Amino acid sequence: MLQVEDLHKSFDDFKAVDGVHLSVEKGQLVAVIGPNGAGKTTLFNLICGQLQPESGKILFNDDEIGRLPPFEICRKGIARSFQIANIFQRLSVFRNVQVSVLSQQRLSNKLFHPAAQLAVNETNHILESVGLLDKNADVAGSLSHGDKRILEIAIALGNEPELLILDEPTAGMSPDETATTMALIQRLAEKQGLTILFCEHDMEVVFGVAQSIMVMQQGRTIVQGDPQAVRENTEVQQAYLGDE
Amino acid sequence: MLFGHMLRQKSFGISILIFGILLIAPALLPRFYIYFLAVIFVTALLAMSLNLCVGHGMLFQFHHGVFYGVGAYTAGLLLAKTSMPWWLAFMAGPLAAALAGLLIGLFCIRLNRLYFGMLQISLGSLIWAIAFRWYALTGGDDGIHGIPIPDFIASTTGSYYFVLIVLGICLLLMYLILKSPFGSTLQAIRDNPERCAAVGIHVRRHQLKAIIIATFFGGVAGVLFVIVEGSIFPDLLFWTLSLEIFIMCLLGGWFTFAGPILGAAIIVSLRTFVGTYTQYWTLILGVILILLIFFLPEGIMGYNYRQLFRSRASEDQVESFNASG
Repeated sequence: MLQVEDLHKSFDDFKAVDGVHLSVEKGQLVAVIGPNGAGKTTLFNLICGQLQPESGKILFNDDEIGRLPPFEICRKGIARSFQIANIFQRLSVFRNVQVSVLSQQRLSNKLFHPAAQLAVNETNHILESVGLLDKNADVAGSLSHGDKRILEIAIALGNEPELLILDEPTAGMSPDETATTMALIQRLAEKQGLTILFCEHDMEVVFGVAQSIMVMQQGRTIVQGDPQAVRENTEVQQAYLGDE
Repeated sequence: MLFGHMLRQKSFGISILIFGILLIAPALLPRFYIYFLAVIFVTALLAMSLNLCVGHGMLFQFHHGVFYGVGAYTAGLLLAKTSMPWWLAFMAGPLAAALAGLLIGLFCIRLNRLYFGMLQISLGSLIWAIAFRWYALTGGDDGIHGIPIPDFIASTTGSYYFVLIVLGICLLLMYLILKSPFGSTLQAIRDNPERCAAVGIHVRRHQLKAIIIATFFGGVAGVLFVIVEGSIFPDLLFWTLSLEIFIMCLLGGWFTFAGPILGAAIIVSLRTFVGTYTQYWTLILGVILILLIFFLPEGIMGYNYRQLFRSRASEDQVESFNASG
């Protein structure tokens, strides 16, 4: 579904992404791991159009998407969450998700029809599936950190994506919140058949759930494979796990 | 269906009440106050149109006065220099303003925040220069006075009612626009443009449409100015006026619906009443601004919103806040 081939991006002299290869098959739950500064977020920003690659290919369903603006990439079926809770602070939880549902239904330009009556069921359904329905009237900025991160995922779900990209979905969460969030991600993958690509720096979180893992270090792909293969890869052991 | 949602709002009842009082006001007030109220209505519409961009879209429309001026000059010139029917001239004003909004917007929209505003001041000043310099057409610095206004709205009371009714219709339309998916999406862009792009919204195009809508209403205000004053002059397009209406939005509450009306009423009152005693009435405005920045950064009506933001709010509260400010 998603193929990334030999991708490069640098900021001045710093090579943030320097030869990344990644493959995501339909229905898979794929994780990108690597220490802080390995280039995970830059990679996601390249895939989603927030940044433009210098060279290399990004193919989504065999279409080159490497130089498209973010809104077009989204319309092709890729939705994402951000590492820093990137929500609509002043709007209610309901309206946060509704904005993306309206966009998905191409209703964003509709004038003179109350938005409050549109996409209500779809929006509530998403809020229910992530467990935020009882907070739908709260102002988003007043939510706890954990709930903001969940809302972030809910906004992405509003686009009914084929591929959902989550940038460190558990960053800054307590162990309890982390467990809940990972359970949610697993549930979305299994029950709704979503293809999910996420990144994480906590290895233990990843090995429990991912079907395929890509390991990055200093902007490069070291290896991609199933958890067992990654665990046994000597280069990964040296580079990332240490010589245990 | 369209109005059902609106009719349930508490603030809608209050609005109807105020509108009713304003309808009978000419029977109770001296002529000067009728004229004074009409000036407030025109200014309020102008500030409301600006706030579509500033408060609801976070677009720093620094030179909104230009579109007011374009609306006024278009209607004024057509009335004074052609034999075009009045209603056609009235409609041409907002359309010309919206066209100017589109053209200037196309350039400005590529830039963000302050840079957007700076470029708009530059481009807007070009239009001011045309009105100021082209004596043969615009009368230059003198402007054009005694523009022929149709008889039925030529009197103070006639123009008062006309302005009031047009203001009412425009406020209703703006309210519906802000409550529509278009308005909802615009407010989402205000809060977080990056996120909006990531959910498939063409942010720049959406903002450009908002500018066109706002400048259209700005043009309507310009036409109403011609009806009330019967004259046009280059100050209508000068940047100081744009700054004044920007302050009205901030003062009244730029994240609220009706805030700019309050802001316009306060500033027009200051100018009219304090301005008769001293030409330094802007000193008082300056003091008000300083107090505003320290104590009410989201404006007078925005104060309620801050309270709301701190505590948890029910959807009803959020809705009624959005409606009433």
